[in-house]
Amino acid sequence: MDDELAISVRGLRKAYGDNAAVAGVDLDVRRGEVFALLGPNGAGKTTTVEILEGYRHRDAGEVSVLGTDPAHTDAEWRSRVGIVLQGTGEFDELTVAEVVRHFSGFYLDADDPAKVIERVGLAGKAKARTHTLSGGQKRRLDVALGIVGRPELLFLDEPTTGFDPEARREFWELIRDLAAAGTTIVLTTHYLDEAEALADRVGVIAGGRLVEVAAPNRLGNRQDALATVSWRTPEGTLESAQSATPTAFVADLAARHGGEVPGLTVTRPTLEDVYLTMIGHAR
Amino acid sequence: MTTTTKPATPVTATRGRRPGAGALALRQGRLEITQFLRSRESVVFTMGFPIIMILIFASIFHGTIGGGVKFTQYFITGMIATGLMTVSFQNLGIWIPVERDRGVLKRYRGTPMPKWVWFAGKVIMVVVIGIAETALLLAFAVALFDLDLPGTAGKWLTFGWVAVLGVIACTLCGIAISSVASTARSGSAVVTPVSLILQFISGVFFVFTDLPTWMQQVAALFPLKWMCQGLRSVFLPESFGAQEPGGSFELGRVAVVLALWCVIGAVVCLTTFRWTTKRDG
Repeated sequence: MDDELAISVRGLRKAYGDNAAVAGVDLDVRRGEVFALLGPNGAGKTTTVEILEGYRHRDAGEVSVLGTDPAHTDAEWRSRVGIVLQGTGEFDELTVAEVVRHFSGFYLDADDPAKVIERVGLAGKAKARTHTLSGGQKRRLDVALGIVGRPELLFLDEPTTGFDPEARREFWELIRDLAAAGTTIVLTTHYLDEAEALADRVGVIAGGRLVEVAAPNRLGNRQDALATVSWRTPEGTLESAQSATPTAFVADLAARHGGEVPGLTVTRPTLEDVYLTMIGHAR
Repeated sequence: MTTTTKPATPVTATRGRRPGAGALALRQGRLEITQFLRSRESVVFTMGFPIIMILIFASIFHGTIGGGVKFTQYFITGMIATGLMTVSFQNLGIWIPVERDRGVLKRYRGTPMPKWVWFAGKVIMVVVIGIAETALLLAFAVALFDLDLPGTAGKWLTFGWVAVLGVIACTLCGIAISSVASTARSGSAVVTPVSLILQFISGVFFVFTDLPTWMQQVAALFPLKWMCQGLRSVFLPESFGAQEPGGSFELGRVAVVLALWCVIGAVVCLTTFRWTTKRDG
């Protein structure tokens, strides 16, 4: 087992009845990496992650998470892994501080509960019963419970679903902090911007298969794709051209216009274009 | 392909600050008790139910059941037994499906908490709430209806073991039946009728020997009847044993049946308990 790998998966399969939720996934996540599993709903993200977390049993394949098969784990392994599930388990009658303190007691080397609450931005709500929290605040509590044990590896299953834009930005900062501190992070998301903003590498999953794994800016060979240059003619009609050498093309265009080119844009396929093409092929 | 790889976390050597096993169980128990006491429905309907029932019963029936023994003296046994069953069987059978459905159990499974700690927390909660509720019930009955408390240490001892064995059996059965409910809402639909029927046929609301014989025989298959019977040996004069179906209070058989239910409950728990809902695969 390669020590540099936090997660190694080969030929992972899982079916529910006739429906193959995961149909042969190979995946490596390096230690210290932020890896995003991106895909539409029902693509197999949660099934894959829950197998890695030890919640579900697989039908076939080899899986190693922190050097252990998650189907056979112990308390020692669990104390090195933090999990933020998609659905939140709620403790309506307890306060934020009570819940975080209680969970900190399960770990061998837990962080200070007050510090964790502060870190996820719930310091002002520490004494509030959890049922009074907003959706975003509940999610922060989930994260607090996921990180209170100082995990080496943190799983986040669709962590920002239902967040408003500002809450998402703040959440991303928190994830970046954790990553900067060396935590390996595996997150699932169906938000492209989230994968692009946070992940070192993105795995696109569709129909139970990993369609591609690459850095966000390299997904679907984005950087090699032809650039589209468009501009307006003096008559006001929109012209556009594909070019492998857009810089030279624009210089030439500028020379022909004798200066400023009206309405000039140079674009490459967005992550969204690439992604939609990829999951479209898989369907 | 280039990838940013950050330095791995140094594995910290400061391990073992976690509380010991016993302390973990006590913390879990305290958390469960706090949750219970802060839930108004639980306090009113679980703890308050037997007290409300004894108030109603003692107000309706003023008479005696012969030999100068008050109705209250007889019904208190059914109310204690019902109270213990409510706090264990009914409480767990209704709440565990809710916790399972909300993902509370799944979340616990994701932590290094040993599984047994969670069960221990439930048992501690049931025992503490059960004792508090029984004490409250006895205090009410003594203050308002002149209940005579057991006069000998032997009777208190019998009271103790019948209650403990009964609570353990009902706790295990409550955890066992919690796996029958597939959603949060169906927990009470599954448990309430079972509980109510057992109360009727086990002599909680009536003098047991007034019930039809077949009903008595059905009741004898379940723990509640034996809990009531064991408690009658504590609260009624010795001579009343002759009126029991078996001709005596049959304490030996009470112990055997309750112990058997402990075993049945434990086996079902171990083989069927689920930490996640069925839709979680």
